[in-house]
Amino acid sequence: MDILNAFVALLNFVIVPGVAYGSQLALGALGVTLIFAVLRFSNFAHGDTMAFGTAIVIMVTWLLQSWGISFGPLPTALLALPFGIAVTAGLVLLTDRGIYRFYRRQKAAPIILVIVSAGVMFVMNGLVRLIIGVEERNFTDGERFLLDAQTFKAATGLAEPLVIKTTVAVTVVIAVLCVAALFWFLQNTRTGKSMRAFSDNEDLALLSGINPDRVVQVTWIIAAALAVIAGTLYGLDKSFRPFVYFQLLLPVFAAAVVGGLGSPLGAIAGGYIVALSEVVLTYAWKKVATYVLPDSMAPDGLMQLLSTDYKVAVSFAILIIVLLFMPTGIFKGK
Amino acid sequence: MKKLLMASAATLALTGAASAEDVNLGILIGFTGPIESLTSHMAAAAEMAMAEVNASGKSAYNFVSVRGDSTCVDSAAATAAAERMVTADSVKGIIGGDCSGVTGAVLQNVARPNGIVMVSPSATSPALSTAEDDGLFFRTAPSDAREGEVMGEILSEKGVKSIALTYSNSDYGKGLAEAIAAGFTAKGGSVTINIPHEDGKADYSAEVASLASAGGDLLVVAGYLDQGGKGIIQASLDSGAFSQFGLPGGMVGDSLPAAIGPALDGSYGQVAQSDSAGAAMLTEMGKASATPFDATSPYSMESYDAAALIMLAMAAAGSTDSKVYSAKIMDIANGPADGSGTKILPGELGKALELIAAGTAIDYDGASGVALIGPGESAGRYKQFEIKDGKYETVTFR
Repeated sequence: MDILNAFVALLNFVIVPGVAYGSQLALGALGVTLIFAVLRFSNFAHGDTMAFGTAIVIMVTWLLQSWGISFGPLPTALLALPFGIAVTAGLVLLTDRGIYRFYRRQKAAPIILVIVSAGVMFVMNGLVRLIIGVEERNFTDGERFLLDAQTFKAATGLAEPLVIKTTVAVTVVIAVLCVAALFWFLQNTRTGKSMRAFSDNEDLALLSGINPDRVVQVTWIIAAALAVIAGTLYGLDKSFRPFVYFQLLLPVFAAAVVGGLGSPLGAIAGGYIVALSEVVLTYAWKKVATYVLPDSMAPDGLMQLLSTDYKVAVSFAILIIVLLFMPTGIFKGK
Repeated sequence: MKKLLMASAATLALTGAASAEDVNLGILIGFTGPIESLTSHMAAAAEMAMAEVNASGKSAYNFVSVRGDSTCVDSAAATAAAERMVTADSVKGIIGGDCSGVTGAVLQNVARPNGIVMVSPSATSPALSTAEDDGLFFRTAPSDAREGEVMGEILSEKGVKSIALTYSNSDYGKGLAEAIAAGFTAKGGSVTINIPHEDGKADYSAEVASLASAGGDLLVVAGYLDQGGKGIIQASLDSGAFSQFGLPGGMVGDSLPAAIGPALDGSYGQVAQSDSAGAAMLTEMGKASATPFDATSPYSMESYDAAALIMLAMAAAGSTDSKVYSAKIMDIANGPADGSGTKILPGELGKALELIAAGTAIDYDGASGVALIGPGESAGRYKQFEIKDGKYETVTFR
C-alpha cells in the first residue's frame, strides 16, 4: 500500500505535470527546430508567436462564448484554434515577406537573421500587449477534471490523490496527434519531402526544381500552427500572460538544443527531458521517501535538491551543459 | 442691480476660495500591480476625507489630492512617482506607500531627503518599525508581527497542529511568513515547510508539489490575492494537495472567491480591520460618497484615517511644514495620556477642526480605531473571518 501511495504521489506531482509541460515544450520546440532546419536560423520570435496566436485564440473563444457556443466537456478554445492558426500564419507570412525575405535574398549570415528575429520578437511583444493587454487571462472552460481527487481516493482507498485535469489529457492527446501528423507529412507528402530535401542540401534541392518560396511558406505555416497549438495548450493548462510566454522561449530553446536543432524527433525528446528535469530536480522527495523507506530511515528534511525558485536555472544549466559537451544534441542536429 | 449682485457674489466666491490656501496631499498607492483591486477603494476613502475637510469650511487649507502609482512591487517606479509628487506637485504629505517594499524605498529615497511626512495605510512589514525615519513615517496599519500572533492564536484554537507555509517573495510576504511561523510555533504548532513563491508566473505546480510533500493540516498562503497567492491555491486544489487554506490580510478581496469558486469555502484567516463604531459609519459614508467605495475592502478605513491624521495634525500645528506638523500626529491620534481627549469618528472631521481651533484636546479614533504605538504604528484590530458561500463572513474581532 505504501509503495502504491508513493507511486501515486510521484505520478500526481511529478509525472503528470511533467508530461503535460513536456508536451507543450515539445510542440514549441518542434516549431523552432523546423525553422532552423529549413531557414537556418534560430527564431527568437517563436515565444511571442505563441503569445500572439494564443491571444487571437482567446479573443475568438470569447466571441464563441458570447454566441453561446461551447465544446461540451472540452475547452471552447479548441474550436477557436483554427482561427488563431490562420491569423498567426498570415502574420508570420507577412513578416517573412516584409523582413526575412530581404535578408534571405542577400544571403545574410545566420547570425544576422537571429538578430533580425530578435527585433521581430520585440515588435510582436508589443503587438500582443496592444491587442490583449498585459494581465493574466484564464480562458479554460468545460469540465475541469477528467479524474478528481475525491473520486480517485474513494475508488482506490489510497491516502494520496491522483488528479488528471481535462487540459492535461487534451494537451497530451493533441500533442500526439500533431506529432503523428507532422511526421506523416514530412515522410509521405511531396511538399514534406521537398522540405527535407531543402533542409539537407539547399543547392541540390534548387537544382532538382524545388520551388524555394513554396518550401519557405509551408515551413512558416507549419511553425505558426505548432506555435499556436503549443501556446493555447499551455494557456489552457496554466494561464495566459504575455510576459510568461516571452520567458517560455528559454525552455523551448533548451528543448530544441538538447534534442539537436533541426531534428524533429530531438525536439520532442528535448521537450520531455527539460520539463521532467525541471520538475524532478525541484521536487521535495520527502513524502515519497517516507512511504518507501522504513520508518527508522524516514527523512527529517524535505529532500529537495533545488528550491523551486531555480526552475528556470535548470533549463539554463541544461542548455549550457549540452552546448559545451554535446553541441549537436542527442539526435545529432546541426 | 442684477449685475451688481452677480458681481458681488462672484467677488465673495473669489475671496472665499482665496482665503483657503491650496495644499496638495499625495496618494501614493499601487493603482496597477498585485493589489490593484484594493487601491481604488483606498484612494476614494482618502479623497473623501479631504472632501469632508474642505466642505466643512473650518480648515485654513483647501486640500487637493495628487494620485501617484507606487505599483506595489517596483521600487524604482514608486520612487520616481514620489519624487514627481514632491518636486512637481509640491505635496505637503504623502498617504502611502502601500506595499512594504516600495514604502521603505520611498521613505529612504524621497521622504527623508525632502523631509515629507508619510502615513502608510497598508505597509505592514515588521522591518518598517525599526527603519530610520527622522520622525516622518507613521502607519495606520499594524505591523505583521502582530498579525502573526493573531494568526497563531486562531490556528491553535481551530485545533491545527501543523501548517505548510508559502509566501510571496517580497518584503511583505517574507516578514509576514516569519511572523506567522513565530506566532504559530509559540502556540505549540509546527511549520512543516516555509517557502517563497514568485508572483506573476503561470504555473505553480512545482511549488505546490514541494508543499504537498512536506504536508500539514492546512496551507497558509501569505501572498497577494491577484497574483501568486491565487495561483498557489488554484494549483493546490487542482492537484488535491490541500483543500483548506489560511488566509492573511493580503489574500482578502472579493476577486479571490470569484476566481476560485466554492472550493474556497471553509478557509479562514484574519485581516486588519476594526469593529469600532467608526467602521460602520465609514462603511455607510462610503456607500453615500460622491465616488462610492467599499470601506470594508482591506485598508480603506486606514486610508481615510491616514488622510485625516495628516490634515488634523496640520490644523493643530497651524503649519503645512512636515517637520512641524509631524510632531502633532501622535497627539492627534492618541489624545492626552489621561484619555480626556474628545473621541473623533469618521464624518466628524469638521467638529475636530473646531475643537482644535478652540484648543480642546482630541483623540482621533477614526474608522479603524486609531491608536498609534511605538514608532508611530497602529496597535491593530483584526477581523477573523471564514469563507462561506464565496463571502468573507466575520467570525469575531480580536
